[in-house]
Formats: sequence, structure tokens, C-alpha cells
Amino acid sequence: MSERALFIDYARCIGCQACVQACEECDTHRGQPMIHLETIRRRDSVQTAPQVCMHCEDPICAQVCPADAIKKGPDGVVHSALTHRCIGCSNCVLACPFGVPKYFAAIDQMMKCDLCYDRTSIGKKPMCATVCPSQALTFMTPEELERTRRGTAVNEWVFGEERVRTKVSVVVPHEVKEVHVNLVQLGKRREKAEPDDVAALLEEG
Amino acid sequence: MANGEGAGIKGRIQRWREDFPIRWLDDHYIARREFAKALTIGSALLVGVNAVIAAVGRWVRRPGQMEAEVPVGKASEIPTGGSVLFRYPTDEDPCILVRTQSGDLRAYSQVCTHLSCAIVHQSEKDSFLCPCHRGHFSVNDGRPTGGPPVRRLPRIWIEQRGDELWAVGKDS
Repeated sequence: MSERALFIDYARCIGCQACVQACEECDTHRGQPMIHLETIRRRDSVQTAPQVCMHCEDPICAQVCPADAIKKGPDGVVHSALTHRCIGCSNCVLACPFGVPKYFAAIDQMMKCDLCYDRTSIGKKPMCATVCPSQALTFMTPEELERTRRGTAVNEWVFGEERVRTKVSVVVPHEVKEVHVNLVQLGKRREKAEPDDVAALLEEG
Repeated sequence: MANGEGAGIKGRIQRWREDFPIRWLDDHYIARREFAKALTIGSALLVGVNAVIAAVGRWVRRPGQMEAEVPVGKASEIPTGGSVLFRYPTDEDPCILVRTQSGDLRAYSQVCTHLSCAIVHQSEKDSFLCPCHRGHFSVNDGRPTGGPPVRRLPRIWIEQRGDELWAVGKDS
């Protein structure tokens, strides 16, 4: 029996915000959820997707931290910023390819998902996976996942030329071996707004 | 770097990354050389601080205590076996000056080192007696010679200027 891990099955997300609410309950960041519940193509669909920290094998957030505040534990969990070291520079916020770290101006600190380290380090599920009614967020062994889900779990990401391997996996159809994320060309304006570019859509009216 | 952490985008390990590792295990790892260095510097500091404390006690605080000089009386007025009470260095500290059978002048704090009763001079035995618990002290060096006290009486240093006696210092 291998170790339990967190899996995200975007197709199962029903946008109920239970994970966001549960995350807020944590005493270390009460009232501030560390989960982003993204809305995909708001105009065409009600599909949502939860985004927790993916816990990269080579965490970019820690690589760019000038204050040496982000540390990775021996179990592969990338921890939230050490409060006495974090200088609130937002480097990690800009660098994270998943957009996970959040900067809180009121306390001048970055905070991010740490996989509910207080719970997962003693064998409990993270809070989001505990409450998710459709098990879009689920904490189980890969064998269990294979037995109960249709897709396969993938933890390889390609952002342009950058390859990222993560501790948290996403459930995708069998034929997908790695997730390619297309990059937006900066400074290049498209003639027609993309269907998921809400800002541009609002501009068009 | 033990496990390739810090290999950047280009795959090159940065030298500075070794000092600021991302992984806990690397961060908390203490090399034998660092440990030995901390031990050496720590004990050197301990020796240094001890030397400073000793120096302060030896040279800095001593003159301050010796500044207080109090007249005690006239040497000619104290017969052999006689004693004089005085206070030194402050009015709160009772002291006793005696002339021993051999004719030397000796002064001590009058406070018994056992439970702070006032000692009295016994000229025929050439010793001090604490009446509370029958503690005895020698007049020659103030050491306890009997009874419960275990610490010696603090010595008061007396200086003779002409016929005048002055208390000029105190042993702790």
C-alpha cells in the first residue's frame, strides 16, 4: 500500500465552495481561504476548478524567494512562508505557474496552501478533501484512485519550455500523459477576445 | 547539494544555493566542521567573558569600594584585649576593631556569617563569640573555629595615620 496523496479531478467539481469554506476554518489563516476556486469560461459554462498548491518537486516559489522563507519538507510538502522571514515581496505570487501563493497586504505576508500539514502529517486528510461532496478533491492512494476513477492521474506539466513535476496530481483522460498549458504572449493584443478572457470580454461590451 | 535541489532552470547548481537550501533536511544539516567551529567559538567566548568578569572584579570595582574611608578612633586608646565598634562602609554595616593579645589591630564585620547576629569579643580567649548559637571565630583571621558558622568574617582593612585609625577597605 503506497502513501496517500491529494488528487484533483476537475471534471467532478460542482463549484459548491465547500473546500473554500473548510479551508477558511483553519486557525492559522482564519477567514482567508488558501484554495482558489476558478471559474472556467464563465460565459459558456458553469464549470469550476479548485486550485490547491500542487507542491512542485522543484518549487519555483522557493527558488525565487529572496528571503529564504519558503521551505520544502522531507515528505515533499512545500510550506507556507516562514512568518519571520517573509518580506512580502510577492516574488512567489508572480512566479508560481499555478497562481497559488496569495499576498496579504494587511499583514505584509504571503500565505499559501501547505496541504493542511497539521492534518496530513499525522495521517488525516486535508480539510478540502474531507468536505468535498463530489470528491473532486480526494486524498487516497494511487491504487484506490485507479480502482475508483475513469481517468489517470498525471503530475507532469509543461508551461512553454518549462517542465514541472508536482506532488499533487490531477485526473485526466487516459490518453493524456502530461498537461500542456499554453502561454499568453505578452504585449500582443488579439483581435477577438478569447472566450475565457473575461477582462477583454467586458471591454468589448 | 545532496539531491539536486537548487539546480536552476539551466540545470546548473548555484553555489549560493548551498547556503540557502530549499529543503528542510539540507537546511537543518550541520556539518562536523560547523559543529566543531561552534564548539570552539562558544568555549572561547566563555573563557573571554569569564576573564572580563574577573577583570572587572579585580580592577574596576575594587577602587570604588576603597574610596570609602571612615575614621575609627585613636590607636593609643585601645589597650591589649580592648575593642571598638564602628560602622563601615555604610552606617548599616556594624564592624568591630580589636587589639589581639599579640598586640595587632584586627577589624571584622560584626555580623555573624551564620544567621547575622552581632558577635562579641572575648579578650581572655582571644576570639569572637556569637551568642545566638555559640559560634566562635578567630581574631587573627576571622575564620570560624566552632559552632554552626562555616564562612569567615569579612575582614575590614585598617590604616594607621599618625595615631588616627581609618577603615579603608573590606574583603567580601
